[in-house]
Amino acid sequence: MAKVTLKNLSHSYLTKQSHDADWALRGVDIDWKDGGAYALLGPSGCGKTTLLNIISGLLKPTEGEILFDDKDVTALNPVERDIAQIFQFPVIYDTMTVYDNLAFPLKNRGLSKTEIDLKVKEIGEMLELTSTLNNKAAGLTADGKQKISLGRGLVRSDVNVIMFDEPLTVIDPHLKWVLRSKLKELHQKINRTMIYVTHDQIEALTFADQVVVMHEGQIVQTGTPVELFEKPKHTFVGHFIGSPGMNILPCKIENGQINFEGKILPNNTSIKKTNFSKTQVGIRPEFVNFSNEGIEVRIKRVSNTGRHKVIDTECSSGIIKILTNASAEIPSDSAHITFDQKYTYVYGDDWIIE
Amino acid sequence: MNKTLNPKAWYFVIPVFALVAFNAVVPLMTVVNYSFQETFGSNVFQWEGTRWFKEILHSERFHASLGRQFIFTFIILLIQLPLGIAIALTMPKKGWGVPVCLILMSMPLLIPWNVVGAMWNIFALPDIGFLGNSLNSIGFDYNFTQQSGDAWFTTILMDVWHWTSLVVLLSYAGLNSIQPAYYQAAEIDGASRWDIFRYIELPKMKKVLTLAILLRFMDSFMIYTEPFVLTGGGPGNATNFLSLDLVKMALGQFDLGPAAAMSLIYFLIVLLMCWVFYSLMMKDEGRT
Repeated sequence: MAKVTLKNLSHSYLTKQSHDADWALRGVDIDWKDGGAYALLGPSGCGKTTLLNIISGLLKPTEGEILFDDKDVTALNPVERDIAQIFQFPVIYDTMTVYDNLAFPLKNRGLSKTEIDLKVKEIGEMLELTSTLNNKAAGLTADGKQKISLGRGLVRSDVNVIMFDEPLTVIDPHLKWVLRSKLKELHQKINRTMIYVTHDQIEALTFADQVVVMHEGQIVQTGTPVELFEKPKHTFVGHFIGSPGMNILPCKIENGQINFEGKILPNNTSIKKTNFSKTQVGIRPEFVNFSNEGIEVRIKRVSNTGRHKVIDTECSSGIIKILTNASAEIPSDSAHITFDQKYTYVYGDDWIIE
Repeated sequence: MNKTLNPKAWYFVIPVFALVAFNAVVPLMTVVNYSFQETFGSNVFQWEGTRWFKEILHSERFHASLGRQFIFTFIILLIQLPLGIAIALTMPKKGWGVPVCLILMSMPLLIPWNVVGAMWNIFALPDIGFLGNSLNSIGFDYNFTQQSGDAWFTTILMDVWHWTSLVVLLSYAGLNSIQPAYYQAAEIDGASRWDIFRYIELPKMKKVLTLAILLRFMDSFMIYTEPFVLTGGGPGNATNFLSLDLVKMALGQFDLGPAAAMSLIYFLIVLLMCWVFYSLMMKDEGRT
């Protein structure tokens, strides 16, 4: 178990870097508490797997350092770092039995037979693999195999961090739910630092206490699921989290106030800085309401998801999506809408202005 | 689902059927025909029943060449498989070395077989060949045209040179298809280099190695051109393999009946061995 600190971490797969796009990771700073459950969330190619491989020691960062419990481990290999990693698809040793698969990392660390036996049986029970312990691992289903990879990580009592690299990608949807609750349960039981990489917001939000959202090699926001939802600090977080994502539309800033569609929007803070190349207003579809006055829109499309209705409305600046109850009355053709002041944010060059 | 029955579809099979009949069934049946009869030319045949088969199966000459054939194939597989895997493991995975290695490896496979035989014949000549001359000059009494041990050595060396590349290329393809995550997981599990080979690489190469063993078995069991050009089966009968012996019997002595019977036995042995190999190596596949 360990606290994980990343200091000004940057990585590039190229030998020479001339501009930002050459970096897979840029200036990542992270402080993770011992025993926490964290998620790295972002689309494919945002650098989250790179970051994970750097933490596990499979990759050496171009710049920066990694500390486990304030001890610099940047130069150490994965074995010396004592970490466990579970990969996107099940990695098992085909020719071994389930038992031998689970015992393998312990054997390599020179534990005695009785110790190994005890540990393997304990983990086998925890993961409900007891009945298949003596079967060939190759004969198991995808989720059974993924449980083995998981077990190989959990079987060692000395691991500092357990890392998951999109571990549920190959699992059937109904089993995903089961395995995810299993992971959560395990985390509570063994209380080790866990890092979970995914591009699926539901997985990240249900697993982690703290979610780190990554975009183009940078961390754009770190926070609890609620924070990410209620107050996105970057337009990307607004887009990426929530379904449908945040409405983000161009606006002007005049005398510290938001001018959107020729109307001054009520705002929490007065805006001082104005020298942005672009300014946008952001509001989640959940916080847009129909009203008698306000911004004039035309209703374009209504889709009913069963529990909610998603209404696409159009104003001269673009599309504004609105989320209402499935039973709500929808005005036909044209309407007026207002934004909930508490959840209306202004973004300058994609970052929130506070 | 209801399928429409239309017997006219069978017409589409006729071209294939004709082709297969022409290049497989008809020649094979001709051989079968010869194997049960005696002929003295001019299309005069006389029924002999299973006489030729009995004769071949009891002939010492056949036993000897079959034995030589098995020993040769066994040695070839024993050298080429480990060597091929070892070379594949040391080949670079990326960079400019990859095309260089692949081209170097493919070259022996692209040379016509009789050219390989001729090359090695000249290469190994004790007086003017580079190999033969060098061996003699450093003190070995080497002469593949007169000493049976040397003839075997040269034939095996030639085949290793010619065909190990095939095992290399197949193994290399198998190794390259292993996802990097397997190596990463092994690294995290603290596996040694041998463990990685034993528990990851070898199991993942199983299918390509099965293919390599089958191909190398068949080709080496039926080898003809290269030893024909290199040693011609000599000295004496030392390297007289099954196919060489068969051709000598059929075209040298014009014993068409016994030669036909021998061909069929030969064919059945290859077929049987391939089936045995394949079912042994694929034994576990059904369960996965």
